[in-house]
Amino acid sequence: MATEILMPALSPTMEEGTLAKWLVKEGDTVSSGDILAEIETDKATMEFEAVDDGTIGKILVPEGTEGVKVNVAIAVLLEEGESADDIEDAAPPSGVETPDEAPAKAPAEAKAPEPEAPAPAPKADTSPDWPEGTEMKTMTVREALNSAIAEEMERDENVFIMGEEVAEYQGAYKITQGLLDRFGAKRVIDTPITEHGFAGIGVGAAFGGLKPIVEFMTFNFSMQAMDQIINSAAKTLYMSGGQMGAPMVFRGPNGAAARVGAQHSQDYAAWFSSVPGLKVVMPHAAADYKGLFKTAVRDPNPVIFLENEILYGRSFEVPVLDDFTIPFGKAKIARAGADVTIVSWGIGMTYALEAAEKLAEDGVDAEVIDMRTLRPMDYATVIESVKKTNRCVTVEEAWPVASVSNHLGAYIMQNAFDYLDAPVINVCGKDVPMPYAANLEKLALVTTDEVIAAVKAVTYRS
Amino acid sequence: MATRKSAAKPNVSAEELMKHYREMLLIRRFEEKAGQLYGMGLIGGFCHLYIGQEAVVVGLEAAAEEGDKRVTSYRDHGHMLACGMDPKGVMAELTGREGGYSQGKGGSMHMFSKEKHFYGGHGIVAAQVPIGAGLAFADKYLGNDRVTLAYFGEGAANQGQVYETYNMAELWDLPVVFVIENNQYAMGTSVKRSTKSPSLWERGGAYGIPGEEVDGMDVLAVKAAGEKAVSHCRAGKGPYILEIKTYRYRGHSMSDPAKYRTRDEVQKMRDERDPIEHIRTMLLNGKHASEEDLKAIDKEIKDVVNDSAEFAKESPEPSLDELWTDIYAKEVPQGEAI
Ligand SMILES: Cc1ncc(C[n+]2csc(CCOP(=O)(O)OP(=O)(O)O)c2C)c(N)n1
Ligand SMILES: [Mg+2]
Repeated sequence: MATEILMPALSPTMEEGTLAKWLVKEGDTVSSGDILAEIETDKATMEFEAVDDGTIGKILVPEGTEGVKVNVAIAVLLEEGESADDIEDAAPPSGVETPDEAPAKAPAEAKAPEPEAPAPAPKADTSPDWPEGTEMKTMTVREALNSAIAEEMERDENVFIMGEEVAEYQGAYKITQGLLDRFGAKRVIDTPITEHGFAGIGVGAAFGGLKPIVEFMTFNFSMQAMDQIINSAAKTLYMSGGQMGAPMVFRGPNGAAARVGAQHSQDYAAWFSSVPGLKVVMPHAAADYKGLFKTAVRDPNPVIFLENEILYGRSFEVPVLDDFTIPFGKAKIARAGADVTIVSWGIGMTYALEAAEKLAEDGVDAEVIDMRTLRPMDYATVIESVKKTNRCVTVEEAWPVASVSNHLGAYIMQNAFDYLDAPVINVCGKDVPMPYAANLEKLALVTTDEVIAAVKAVTYRS
Repeated sequence: MATRKSAAKPNVSAEELMKHYREMLLIRRFEEKAGQLYGMGLIGGFCHLYIGQEAVVVGLEAAAEEGDKRVTSYRDHGHMLACGMDPKGVMAELTGREGGYSQGKGGSMHMFSKEKHFYGGHGIVAAQVPIGAGLAFADKYLGNDRVTLAYFGEGAANQGQVYETYNMAELWDLPVVFVIENNQYAMGTSVKRSTKSPSLWERGGAYGIPGEEVDGMDVLAVKAAGEKAVSHCRAGKGPYILEIKTYRYRGHSMSDPAKYRTRDEVQKMRDERDPIEHIRTMLLNGKHASEEDLKAIDKEIKDVVNDSAEFAKESPEPSLDELWTDIYAKEVPQGEAI
């Protein structure tokens, strides 16, 4: 049967073009791959090749014609044994498929269903993290993390940890102390200084059925690996239609340490939190480090576990339980109060709690919420608290622009506007790279006094 | 066309030749059809055709064993067909339909098949290289007797993460074959304009990785080199590099005006080095097949491709609530020895 040769789309955006030149004439035999014509798009002149073998029976659109719509028949190709006389009945021009009829585009009126996230907040989960009366033990964040990693490696032999200095050196910050002796070099692996490479190897190992824990010596170096974390780890489940993804944990200290300058003092929480496909955890207390880390290892998704060097040495009470986990997306009311809601996470909690203590002396009863996980986010606990206190201050170490705090503020405005007696204030780090000088660094970071001032402002006491 | 000799001396059976011929022809016809559907607006965005490079994947797949893994770049249609993925599912992914391998959510550059051990389909140049080493890492860890083929272009071969990966792959003896598909161009940049290294496989030497250059227009030579590389890996000797000299006939993607090379250069390759013509001639000269036999095969393959195109046109678009699915997984897939 005679085949119509259609005006091709030669770029993702082309709708029409100029048929600049025919390189064949009626009667010519062509085979697939031969160049038939030159077509000018808005961007370039392109060659147009034959897909089928045959004879050019008729040229329908002469060269030089402008504005030829994509998918309009421009010539007719005859197969072996056909003659030009067959053309009329074989290829009526009305049979031309126009772009409008092509089923490629979604109907214009189609509306995507609403995402679940901004739907009315479900009720806050206020269940305790461990049963009442559980024996408690004082532990540093470092010890809590170390025991969490060891317990998960004990529990599942496909869990392994890799990173720079994690094995023989026992960890740059000693989080992996003793793990090499206990689990051996197969599962506790020193890597060269190659973040992009080993993050990618971790992603591949996760595709291959393992549960990698990838340590970044600090998250500052995760920038080298950003492509693998976002383009490979976070998106593969979606791109594969659910067939495969990267169940793994990227962990390490995040945020400012002390006097290490601009390139080693940054909080990446907002960066990672903006990525669907990633889960983001940023705990403060040792029990949360432990319970959330164990959840992270068992989660079937890539988890960003943001630790803090300054918190590593701090001690907290941790429950003595054989196997203790804390679910993602469950905030903790670290201090109950009635007058104002202070929301924070990670190191920000230090300032939030200190401020709450001082404010209590002034008769302001602050409720302090520790978000613990940033994605998924426990909106319900925040909204319920704000409905009670009618005021909110967020505390975050990161830069103020496009911060997690900005998101929370917008969420509260949208979902609890009528309950607010004052605008939400975001207390963030200053909008500058971290200075080295001790006095300037202090100025750049969030302070307890700034949190107190913000609370006074939203409670109209200043 | 002058008769070409195959570098690998073909103690090859007629069935084998016929199998390679069919597989290469399927890729070529499939890609031509994809180009056509792109022209009709049924395929959108980027679409990178594999025409000219067919012998690379067909030769290497012939060297691989069941359960071996593969991962590649966005120029992935040929790899998927060669490892046995269903042309219908691949074409329907190209048209963004429900029947596609990723239910229309991945597109031309992002397809995966757990069943066929095909791990994508990656859009970031060279990102698949460490991922391939990671797959090999998992196999070694789990005690699986498997090899991973990690394909990347000669352009990708200049990325830093490739060398990070070489170092670790050799350090840890990972069973991964690094396959450099040197088609001589990275978009519009010829290899000579991107490096002064006379050969890319030799760079592995700095890390202790053996390798070799292979004629990628000769499927038998590719297969022979592939067997050597795969058995090196399977014997626990670590990675191997194959720099496969090949050529892409079409533009980098569909919207490439191809001003960086002459039409003659392309035509010369097609006339003198075409991998499908090569096997076709061997089949005819060896009297393993007649013109009629080959015509029948051609027709059979055209039918398969046309069916895939029909399927890809008729499969519905994914349902709108698919927008919100597969962002997070519910269950952790457990790795196991296979
Ligand atoms: C990190 C990154 N940089 C740039 C690009 C844009 N890009 C896509 S393909 C390509 C050329 C790659 O050439 P090569 O590796 O030789 O593979 P080929 O396309 O020839 O198969 C470029 C620069 C990209 N996708 N990712
Ligand atoms: Mg190339």
